[in-house]
Amino acid sequence: MEQFTQHSGLVVPMDRPNVDTDAIIPKQYLKSVKRAGFGPNLFDDWRYLDPGDPAIDNATRRPNPEFVLNLPQYQGSTILLGRENFGCGSSREHAVWALTDYGIRAVIAPSFADIFFNNSFKNGLLPITLSETEIDQLFQEEAEGCQLNEGYQLSIDLDAQTVTTPSGTAFSFEIDAFRKYRLLNGLDDIGLTLQQQDSIKAYEERRKVEAPWLF
Amino acid sequence: MAAKTLYDKLWDAHVVRAEEDGSALLYIDRQLLHEVTSPQAFEGLRLANRSPWRVDANLAVPDHNVPTTNREQGIVDPVARTQVETLDQNADEFGITEFKMGDIRQGIVHVIGPEQGATLPGMTIVCGDSHTSTHGALGALAFGIGTSEVEHVLATQCLVQKKSKSMLVRINGAVGAGVTGKDIVLAIIGKMGTAGGTGYAIEFAGKAIENLSVEGRMTVCNMAIEAGARAGMVAVDQKTIDFVENGTVGRTYAPRGDDWEKAVTAWQELHSDAGAEFDAVVELNGADIAPQVTWGTSPEMVVSVSAKVPNPADESDDVKRSGMEKALAYMGLEANAAIDSIGVDKVFVGSCTNSRIEDLRAAAEVAKGRSKAESVKQVLIVPGSGLIKQQAEKEGLDKIFIEAGFEWRDPGCSMCLAMNADRLEPEERCASTSNRNFESRQGLNSRTHLVSPAMAVAAAVTGHFTDVRTLMGEA
Ligand code: SF4
Repeated sequence: MEQFTQHSGLVVPMDRPNVDTDAIIPKQYLKSVKRAGFGPNLFDDWRYLDPGDPAIDNATRRPNPEFVLNLPQYQGSTILLGRENFGCGSSREHAVWALTDYGIRAVIAPSFADIFFNNSFKNGLLPITLSETEIDQLFQEEAEGCQLNEGYQLSIDLDAQTVTTPSGTAFSFEIDAFRKYRLLNGLDDIGLTLQQQDSIKAYEERRKVEAPWLF
Repeated sequence: MAAKTLYDKLWDAHVVRAEEDGSALLYIDRQLLHEVTSPQAFEGLRLANRSPWRVDANLAVPDHNVPTTNREQGIVDPVARTQVETLDQNADEFGITEFKMGDIRQGIVHVIGPEQGATLPGMTIVCGDSHTSTHGALGALAFGIGTSEVEHVLATQCLVQKKSKSMLVRINGAVGAGVTGKDIVLAIIGKMGTAGGTGYAIEFAGKAIENLSVEGRMTVCNMAIEAGARAGMVAVDQKTIDFVENGTVGRTYAPRGDDWEKAVTAWQELHSDAGAEFDAVVELNGADIAPQVTWGTSPEMVVSVSAKVPNPADESDDVKRSGMEKALAYMGLEANAAIDSIGVDKVFVGSCTNSRIEDLRAAAEVAKGRSKAESVKQVLIVPGSGLIKQQAEKEGLDKIFIEAGFEWRDPGCSMCLAMNADRLEPEERCASTSNRNFESRQGLNSRTHLVSPAMAVAAAVTGHFTDVRTLMGEA
């Protein structure tokens, strides 16, 4: 898994609550048996004017000029700023793969749906929860920067657990220790669990006696 | 010993190792696999040269992409076909049992688990699908996971998890006639919001839940995820045990003989102890719940069938108001329109929420002696599994549907998410028994209204949303 230590990048704002996984990556793209290549279809229904399908070359489709990802000032953004309950809906990890494939490294929002939140960590995408007030401030500063035709950049430091704005204000965020450790070191979860093989086997032996119908 | 919640009991019984930071390595008794979220997991196993930890703990079935008609022609869409074939190959390669497309046991993953006894009380059950919460209706801890976690369970039979907070949702008193599990859960989501349960495992309880059949409880738990909770559950009672012992079909995985007695004794403990404490309690009165219809693009945007479409102008919160405005524009609805004045183009009865035999019976009861309204273009009835289809045909339900001008299909997810050929055209409006009314869920720019099976058929025969209670006893 890709490590995450520090990251500075351009912010793209997504100013709506309950952005669901169907919106992040529509179902027709879930038919792929691969992990890569979802980026061009991130937010597909919002991003293009014509309907999309895996069989259609995206280059032949008309981008929706009003959708935020298509605006010139947000090209190359790597941090997505969202509203409450980001990533609600299905368990599809394709939603996370689409974000990372597009180049997003962190999503900052007041709250996330549980499964999306979990899936993010497995793919080196950092979901950061800040308070509603802090999020409001970020949206506002971003909009002001935008009026001045300046890109809005944030700096994230996972070790210090901070998000720093261009004016130098640092917001701190919570993250549980184990997840942080894995992200900082880019560790493989399965490998870590397999170090516990003996405990798993001992558990199974005990359960075979207690609840034999489960085996 | 301190009083425990059902969730505590299920959790504690599966902890392989507790970590200092409060997370735990949790043992998984059953993993269900389907074609959409498993290919990358199997690929990961192969790349790392790993093999499944316990092959027999897995059960696979294709459901999302399968056609619901003309199956003998196979899957026409080449991309969908590749995905189903990939599941077949992976199951064969790793020796995992799969109910393939031609198998009578094939069906929606959350329907076939309980039907086969593959999901049992007291188990931990996972699947790469958020509606895995369904299985909690049997007194199990069941939750959806992502593909990386599917791979993790394949390789280790465990997951690293943090315990959620616990929430009790209690429906006091019974609900009235014509009010179903679907209406109960929509009313709950309407009250809590789609993020109200985030971070919680919900136990549903109270008279109205006790009165539901196990199937009805599955409908409620199915939509726990729509309230933001990863897991929903209901305590085991005699109905649960009877369901596992002699439900209508399948149950081939359920324990037998001595194991059965032992299992039943253990299952009888699967309820929250008197005095157990929850981190949150939400209460509703059963008598207040009427048949529900969603009007927007999130399941929390729901009202009673007798109500009107809400007016965004009455909402004081800016973010919420703009969400409501967007939803109304998308849905092509006016504020303050009466819900029962809204006409529908298509009707869908199916999905892991409402495709079990009891749902089909409820749909048939309303359809009997009536027929599809002129203005309704299509009514799809899609059973949850081949065995349910067979049972329904034994009971003659298929004839009632066909006589009413409905289409009787083969089992699968179908128009719930429209990954196969069953879908709405842009701006078509559908009364649907599924669980999500997100934008474009049932086809690009489709408009979904979530309802119970009886309410869906009431809309099919009248052409618009209709309080099914006014049709009851009238035919
Ligand atoms: S029926 Fe719908 S919600 Fe259920 S598993 Fe299939 S696609 Fe998902």
